[in-house]
Amino acid sequence: MRKYWWKILSIILLTYTFLGGFLFDVPRLFILNETIRNLYFHVCMWFGMMILFIVSFIYSLKYLNKPSIKNDIYASNFAATGCFLGVLGYLTGVIWANYTWVTDQQQSLAAILKEPKLIGAAIALLIYGAYFVLRGSFSDNDKKARVSAVYNIFAFAMLFPSIWIIPRMVGSLHPGAPGSESGNPALNYNDIDSRLRLVFYPAIIGWTLVGVWISSLRIRLQLLREKILNN
Amino acid sequence: MLKRTMALLKKDILLELRQMHIIYGILLYIASTVYVLFLSLQDSPSSNTWNSLFWVVQLFVCVNAVAKSFLQESKGRMLYFYSVASPKEFIISKLVFNAILMAVMTSVSLILFYIFLDNPVSDGLKFFGIAMLGGFSLSLVFTLMSAIAAKAQQNSALIAILGFPVILPTLLLILRLSKAAFAEVFREGAVLQLAGLVLLMDILVIALALILFPFLWKE
Repeated sequence: MRKYWWKILSIILLTYTFLGGFLFDVPRLFILNETIRNLYFHVCMWFGMMILFIVSFIYSLKYLNKPSIKNDIYASNFAATGCFLGVLGYLTGVIWANYTWVTDQQQSLAAILKEPKLIGAAIALLIYGAYFVLRGSFSDNDKKARVSAVYNIFAFAMLFPSIWIIPRMVGSLHPGAPGSESGNPALNYNDIDSRLRLVFYPAIIGWTLVGVWISSLRIRLQLLREKILNN
Repeated sequence: MLKRTMALLKKDILLELRQMHIIYGILLYIASTVYVLFLSLQDSPSSNTWNSLFWVVQLFVCVNAVAKSFLQESKGRMLYFYSVASPKEFIISKLVFNAILMAVMTSVSLILFYIFLDNPVSDGLKFFGIAMLGGFSLSLVFTLMSAIAAKAQQNSALIAILGFPVILPTLLLILRLSKAAFAEVFREGAVLQLAGLVLLMDILVIALALILFPFLWKE
């Protein structure tokens, strides 16, 4: 119980997210209507992704500090799960944009693809794509771990300022954009309705925990594989 | 430290001036690209198209010019540098050399663009400054990418794969900034703010290069 309480917690939180997310009362806003429920899925998956990328970054730092294959396996698997959540977040965002921007606001596809937040998302996924391509091009394990840790740290340090800076400079359709007079590019903390908070915060924790769970399974698998190979 | 860095830099410059193989290669690359653009565009392009074409050409010129900086060093020579210099001195000399190389290339492509593709720039001096700043940022990022790709061996395509997502945000900032030279009206102070942001990104890249390169250096 002491070790797997958080897995139970994540199941409970996500069950709550799905039930509460679809059944609770939400504020009715122009254009958004019921699609505001996407906040519990799209936004929270992206929170989870960011957290997993940060964890991956920390393990890369740890690897450079103290080279052990374990740190490398942790870093790469957290990045992989982060990418997975990123793709899910992208898909939920696309579905949402289809019903709010395309049909209701008559935006063209090109206008949507030039959204600063979508650019940020695309850059993040491309960077981690490049990270895995880089990992694939080595045959020597130590070298692979070291060079990819260097790239992970460099890319992460370049990615985050740009995610914070660029969306604040360009107008955007995305909720919480400069047009709506808030500072935060992804959402505005001040105008989140209290009814939304009730599910929103648990959902963030739930999605993050499930991401950690997936990565921990992958990590255990890979560590076992390493052990077999070494014997 | 300064002395050894200067010596490494001098060696790179001398090597380049004697062999001229990067410079001629890239000059030809720029000239043929601009000529193809000149032939394929029927009328002279609008200022927006001109701007994006210029920066796309700069991006590819940079990939080609900087790519060789680490790939050309043989294993034995790297071992020699390892014994006579520290990694920081080595990366600084490479950064400076590539920045100089890129400044030359930027001026050349700017001149060729003016000759072949008209001149929609209203403030020439400002655009020159922005182009230099942009070329500088490109050269910094791709130098480090080249150092990483060199570790993965024979993979010059890898530089583009690694570098493009990382350079995109800076490139977007520069594209936006260079519109200031096309008579687009900016909010007061916005141009300086943008230029400051690009400079900050450059400082970040330099700092990261200094911190991270020693880990790439040891074999």
